[in-house]
Amino acid sequence: MIIAVASGKGGTGKTTVAASLAVVWERPLAVVDLDVEAPNLHLFLEPELTASETAFMEIPQVDASRCTRCRACVDLCQFKAISLLGDALMTFPEMCHGCGACMAVCPENAMRPGRRPLGAISWGHAGPIRFAMGRLKIGEAMSPPLIRRTRQKIEVLARTGAADIIMDAPPGVSCPAVNAVMAADVILLVTEPTPFGLFDLRLAVQAFDPLGSRLGVVVNRAGIGNRDVYRFCDQRGIDILAEIPFERDLAEVYARGGIIAQARPAIRERFRQLGRKLAANREPSTADHFKAVRHA
Amino acid sequence: MPEIVILSGKGGTGKTSLTAAFAHLAQNHVICDLDVDAPDLHLLLHPRPRHTEAFISGHEARIRAAACNRCGQCIDLCRFGAIMETDPPVVDPLKCEGCKLCVSRCPQTAIDFLPRHCGDWYVSDTRLGPMVHAQLFPAEENSGRLVARLRQEARELARQTRRDLILADGPPGIACPVISSLSGVDLAVVVTEPTPSGRHDLERIANLTAHFKITTLVIINKCDLNPAQMAAIETDCRRHGLTVIAALPHDPAVTAAMLAGQTVTEYAANGFSLHLQNAWAAIQDYLSHNRRKE
Repeated sequence: MIIAVASGKGGTGKTTVAASLAVVWERPLAVVDLDVEAPNLHLFLEPELTASETAFMEIPQVDASRCTRCRACVDLCQFKAISLLGDALMTFPEMCHGCGACMAVCPENAMRPGRRPLGAISWGHAGPIRFAMGRLKIGEAMSPPLIRRTRQKIEVLARTGAADIIMDAPPGVSCPAVNAVMAADVILLVTEPTPFGLFDLRLAVQAFDPLGSRLGVVVNRAGIGNRDVYRFCDQRGIDILAEIPFERDLAEVYARGGIIAQARPAIRERFRQLGRKLAANREPSTADHFKAVRHA
Repeated sequence: MPEIVILSGKGGTGKTSLTAAFAHLAQNHVICDLDVDAPDLHLLLHPRPRHTEAFISGHEARIRAAACNRCGQCIDLCRFGAIMETDPPVVDPLKCEGCKLCVSRCPQTAIDFLPRHCGDWYVSDTRLGPMVHAQLFPAEENSGRLVARLRQEARELARQTRRDLILADGPPGIACPVISSLSGVDLAVVVTEPTPSGRHDLERIANLTAHFKITTLVIINKCDLNPAQMAAIETDCRRHGLTVIAALPHDPAVTAAMLAGQTVTEYAANGFSLHLQNAWAAIQDYLSHNRRKE
């Protein structure tokens, strides 16, 4: 079972929820940080990272001796990554999306596969929890390929231990977030009861509902703002699976790098119940019920 | 004409609330919301659009079932796993990168290549000045190109209306839309918070602004949350040569202003607003100092 912790708005508490849920999870577990632009989960779970690899994107390398300047690749490339300047075929590696179209179309076999580093994937474990994270290279624009690669890594790690997976997704609702959550059985949307929280939650539901995964909401900083987030969830038939109160103590635990579920028994119990509600969805009958409720 | 972008790396540190306050304090400026994915500035500024335009960018492949002979070449060629092995095969628009490889190689020429309507952008009026903003459709891509488009429109608008400053609310993270919002700006203002995540992501965004050689000022929001982290961030900033222009205590007025649909400086003339006025003065100092250098 795969649970993605996501949100439209950044800073609503995705990492807090993912870390707390991880430490109370009652089955074998693998956890992955897919917020490769700003990965933070390791700061809280403090995993021992035992291995690391560079993730690459395959990009073209021109063999000038074979190139006849026929322009087939230049005309096909949709990303302005190849251009004919005078008599020289130039590639712009940072523009390349790694689609391979130029290599496939070249009639002279003048394009050889080269590579561009996207960032690093590291993995190891935090106690009994298998852990992996991606870290985008500074200056690299494209996060989705690294997100996909990191997701594949945790899927492999989880498979060997028959573990469930918790994914900490990037914020937002565009391609990086969709690439992170698209394989999840349940998408847990963390929001806050404010106008910003509501607007971005609405966007997240629009973006993720068509994926067919079950959606659930966690309201963080409950007590600030107003009740509009609750009304929205009620209207859309989306279950609010947990509420985390806004308390200065909890904010301070987080600011120290602590995990709130470990700091206070009452919060631990809340996350344990959240975990049980999520695990209950493993049963098909409950899952159907969950879906029926959501679409009612 | 100076362009300022407010960034953070980590989301939720207060970029939008602070940008809105600066939009209230600034004069003769164009406001720009570059967080096209999850834009929130409009919730405080209530823009009235006077021009709306579709953002068409890139393409997506679509297989014409009647012309397809099920040879399966497109499925094997696609590096994004975007073509589902159904009968007939269907392109998953969420996975299609728009690279045209399948279109160009289909022996039956059975794949169309359709322009992609990724979102809409607007030129609007607000009580605090003209605003350029957008909404990328959920699950869409090309946010970097939309950001570039908005910046171009903001510059054009500033020229037409003789305004001499562009103030932009940036997206979270450090990749595509952030790079697009940073390239060639005069000043980046990074908002962070004294938490392990805030500190870690400040380091990431500071490395990015250094990579693009853009002067960066830092604001530490919720500065009273953890004195040790606060001190560590100040040390980090000194090491990177970054100036901390403000340390803002946690203040419930920020959420109260949001509920009232106002900027925090409009909402409450309290100590927090005073801190923001000082921060804005520091930003103006930086800009005028730099203008003198030119």
